[in-house]
Amino acid sequence: MARVDAIVGWKTITFGCHIFEPGNSVKFRTGDWRSQRPVLDKEKCIKCGMCWIYCPDMAYNQTEDGYFEVNLEYCKGCGICANECPKDAITMVPEEG
Amino acid sequence: MAKRIGIEVSIALAEAVKLCNVDVIAAYPITPQTHIVEHLSELVADGSLDAEFVPVESEHSAMSCCCGSSAAGARTFTATSAQGLSLMSEILYIASPMRLPIVMVVANRAMSAPISIWNDHQDIMVQKDVGWIQTFAENGQEAVDLLIHAFRVAEDRKVSLPAIVNIDGFTLSHVIEPIEIPDQEDVDKFLPPFKPKYRLDPRKPITMGPVGIPEIYFESKIATNEALKASKKVILKAWKEFEEIFGRKYEPIDAYRTEDAEVLLVTMGSISETAMTAVDVMRDKGQKVGLLKIRLWRPFPIQEFRKAVGKTPILAVVDRHLSLGGVCSPVASELKTLYYKVPSAPKIFDFITGLGGRDVTVEHFEEIVDKAKSFAKRRPKDYYHYIGGREK
Ligand code: SF4
Ligand code: SF4
Repeated sequence: MARVDAIVGWKTITFGCHIFEPGNSVKFRTGDWRSQRPVLDKEKCIKCGMCWIYCPDMAYNQTEDGYFEVNLEYCKGCGICANECPKDAITMVPEEG
Repeated sequence: MAKRIGIEVSIALAEAVKLCNVDVIAAYPITPQTHIVEHLSELVADGSLDAEFVPVESEHSAMSCCCGSSAAGARTFTATSAQGLSLMSEILYIASPMRLPIVMVVANRAMSAPISIWNDHQDIMVQKDVGWIQTFAENGQEAVDLLIHAFRVAEDRKVSLPAIVNIDGFTLSHVIEPIEIPDQEDVDKFLPPFKPKYRLDPRKPITMGPVGIPEIYFESKIATNEALKASKKVILKAWKEFEEIFGRKYEPIDAYRTEDAEVLLVTMGSISETAMTAVDVMRDKGQKVGLLKIRLWRPFPIQEFRKAVGKTPILAVVDRHLSLGGVCSPVASELKTLYYKVPSAPKIFDFITGLGGRDVTVEHFEEIVDKAKSFAKRRPKDYYHYIGGREK
């Protein structure tokens, strides 16, 4: 199961299960569902950003040198980025253990 | 002074909705609809009710629209029946945990097939677990009163849950009865403006209806259930205040001639009036028979029911729903659970009757009481019994 920061009981759960704080989905780290992870080959990457655009969990961030780096706290291992990369620069490798 | 007039119950209900000054009515306007929303659409069209009337393309959309408008802070009403209620079902489950105080009248009718537009409780009994407050009206006056009460309770900040007022289809919805339409002034005194705790507001965005991952779903359901159970207090208090303002008294369970009774009939809805006549007839013949009418169905008034039963040895439960393939039908099933292994519990027998608009007569109630008495002496082999259904 996924890790969440706020585990609450039925007496403390918010009214109607409403969320009062916008953007709090960052607290919901989906990374531990993953069975495989994307690994980037910088030699092939052209910094086009397709991986960043297609990732459904917005797990990619651009670094100062222009490459896109995956945040494994949120990557669920779906492989969409690897599939969409026009240069086959991303390989999905199984998570061990 | 409120005037008593002869009026169709559906029209009276629409007038009561107007008195409650609703903001939004969303409804599927054709079969299986009643005159309730038809009349409301007229009231909106002729300008006598300042509300938004949304004629949607299905009951599923009607309830979805109601959820949206209630979430935005609008006093919201709809009505439906039978198959229409089934089509809403998916969204009924959404309104309650989201704490949206929508009020709905359900004109209880049979479920097709075969195609039926007549009365029984099959439509609502499959929706008993949706988390809505539910009451059953016995006559037109009660329907109007329960409707006004429903808005008051549902919108109370301590409750904030949707509510259904059940009225028997045709037997109530399409008949003309003498009804006292309350004065606007009194309704305003009883029903304050709707001020929800939270509402959708672009200036202060919140999320309603988020995903409930396994870590939170269970707690969310418990919270809804506990809120529903706790609503009984507010329901009772509101009925007390209703009595003070309008002079009519309502309780979760109505007891009729129950003193020293050997058998108590248990009914819901309009057949309770026939049952009262039947009790009078049987009492005249010297039989010790009484009647319990369940007005509040959800949350179920456990203590009040137990108190009303007292030491009565036999309960004859009249179910107007058939649990196909089940052990017995919902009302009897819950009452049997309520008394399971309770010392000196009454013997409870389940009678299925009045399906699809079949009349339930005084003679049927006499037959029920006779059977219940003989079953108490000799345990029947079946868990429920059909009354008035021909075999050949
Ligand atoms: S594997 Fe899926 S979730 Fe992970 S970075 Fe690629 S697209 Fe995003
Ligand atoms: S899609 Fe492929 S080539 Fe484009 S930035 Fe991402 S890894 Fe590099």
